[in-house]
Amino acid sequence: MSEKIPIGEKVLMKGNEAIGEAAVQACCDCYYGYPITPQNELTAYMSRRMIEEGRVFIQTESEIAAINMCYGSAAVGARSMTSSSSPGISLKQEGISYMASAQLPVFYVNVNRGGPGLGNISPAQSDYYQTTRGGGHGDYRVIAFAPSDVQELYDLTMLGFDLADKYRNPAMIQADGILGQMMEPLVLHEYKRPPDLPSKQPWRLGDPSTTDPLLVTSLVLNVTGMEERNLELQKKYDTITENETRFEEVGLDGADVVMVAYGTASRIAKSAMEVARAKGIKVGLFRPITIWPFPSARLNGLADRFDNFLVVEMSLGQMWEDVRLAVEGKAPVHVHGRTAGGIPQQADIVADLRKVLDAKPGEIVKNF
Amino acid sequence: MERVFTKPVAMKEPRTLYCPGCGHGVAHRLVAELIDEFGLRERAIGIAPVGCSVFADLYWNFDVISTAHGRAPAAATGMTRANPDCFVVSYQGDGDLAAIGTAEIIHAANRGENFVTVFVNNAIYGMTGGQMAPTTLVGQKSTTCQLGRDPAIMGHPIRVCELLQTLGGVAYIARGALESPKTIMKTKSYLRKAFEYALDRRGFTLVEMLSPCPTNWGMTPPQAMTWLRENMLDYYPLGVVRDVGAEEKAQKPVAA
Ligand SMILES: Cc1ncc(C[n+]2csc(CCOP(=O)(O)OP(=O)(O)O)c2C)c(N)n1
Ligand code: SF4
Repeated sequence: MSEKIPIGEKVLMKGNEAIGEAAVQACCDCYYGYPITPQNELTAYMSRRMIEEGRVFIQTESEIAAINMCYGSAAVGARSMTSSSSPGISLKQEGISYMASAQLPVFYVNVNRGGPGLGNISPAQSDYYQTTRGGGHGDYRVIAFAPSDVQELYDLTMLGFDLADKYRNPAMIQADGILGQMMEPLVLHEYKRPPDLPSKQPWRLGDPSTTDPLLVTSLVLNVTGMEERNLELQKKYDTITENETRFEEVGLDGADVVMVAYGTASRIAKSAMEVARAKGIKVGLFRPITIWPFPSARLNGLADRFDNFLVVEMSLGQMWEDVRLAVEGKAPVHVHGRTAGGIPQQADIVADLRKVLDAKPGEIVKNF
Repeated sequence: MERVFTKPVAMKEPRTLYCPGCGHGVAHRLVAELIDEFGLRERAIGIAPVGCSVFADLYWNFDVISTAHGRAPAAATGMTRANPDCFVVSYQGDGDLAAIGTAEIIHAANRGENFVTVFVNNAIYGMTGGQMAPTTLVGQKSTTCQLGRDPAIMGHPIRVCELLQTLGGVAYIARGALESPKTIMKTKSYLRKAFEYALDRRGFTLVEMLSPCPTNWGMTPPQAMTWLRENMLDYYPLGVVRDVGAEEKAQKPVAA
């Protein structure tokens, strides 16, 4: 079967499956998953491809078991992966926190669904806080990508594995049910392992080439020791912020309003931009590709040049908060948010853009 | 002079943080002796669970990973599946294995994962200060069943070996005790069998060790040994509960 995967060619693929094939190409050794909509196509795809490739696939007894299997596999030096949707990702948080503390790499995917609670299976971005604030207990962060099309799902999955290994830190994709389930053409790029990835030999367990006993743990009982580990992590997060912040800017020149949106919301914002421009509204789009690290510095710089920001998100003001923090009051930040399967509509966004331009000084446009 | 007794190479310098009379030190030593015996030190990984044995790395002179509460079987699965050459000893207390981690141990057993589980049953939560465990005996007192365990309110003590032995992936399950040299040696022979089966990749292996916790039982070490003998052995009978090798032998048709 692997010979049939047309590497380097353009194909039509579902988002969830594109993530799966990217992981297989990027030498993922072990995949562990538990069924949940809207990411089931990914687990199903991996159940076939991983076994075809002679690698590890387990449909686990729970999301908790899956992340802890990742923990074990990562500790012996393997590339491990899990995926789920919102409630399942909540269950994984203890394990992700352990991995962040023990500095073990893992790559995981959250195809967000409507929440809170069991919520619904409709597309949403409402796990933004969980994703960008670490998600579990303690002072930690995970590298979080926010792709907006199937090609990016594929490319950023590969990058996710590499950055997880490079920084010995969890890395993930925040997607939604639309991205996961839609079909789009993409080029199946060949995976190229970065030459500068550090060796896992100094810390991987069960390796006869290391003679001194090694310890993988997230437990440091003495206060100074645990605070030191935290400070070490913070230093790493600063390096990641400096090196790995990614974003895209579309049509900012001369804009009266800069929309800020990621993932599916950014695609809708892009189409609303065309309509608005036809109506004479000068609008551009700023699209974070990493939501942690968040492109705060760039947004802060843009706030010196642009008068208005409108955040468009499939959650109720979660990213709005980050944009306001980034802009530091230099310009008003408005928000258009829908959630739990509510999708921002082109016409509503255009209407809010008009309101933003008509707003009195100090007035904030907010649709919820 | 001939040296007849030394510490195993797989054990670090002898010093202990465990309470006097605690069974964990003995259980650690049995593991270390067998790691030496089978020459596994370089590829061995021990699991330090959440519980009093969370610092197992202070005693074991081989690689150690500390896992989340109850998730040792999942982490062990992740290690042995990703690298079948490593030899994993998963070590769990009764709260870890039979309460919060019930799902993980059942499914690891059912999948027939190839690692050894040491299950230390001291009928109490040691580390958190003597709360009721799933294995606390009926009538036994703890800080969360101060009038004694009442099964009508708190359920019955779980016999883990008997619960797991029906599962398809199981190769070997036995219950020993750490209350006298005799039962300790017997327990070691069970653990040796589990090591052999795991090395032969025959499936899931578990050795339960009934173990004293004098501190949280509120007893002196000798009293704790006696209490274990007089109270735990009736409810948790010692012996081999499942041995697929022996079953196969018994089923072989005798040549006419
Ligand atoms: C998720 C989680 N819940 C609770 C705890 C607190 N905790 C630490 S040790 C322990 C009990 C361990 O008891 P047992 O498994 O019987 O081992 P013992 O200490 O008796 O050896 C608990 C509940 C924790 N660390 N993590
Ligand atoms: S509290 Fe009990 S289990 Fe823990 S070290 Fe002391 S005797 Fe051992």
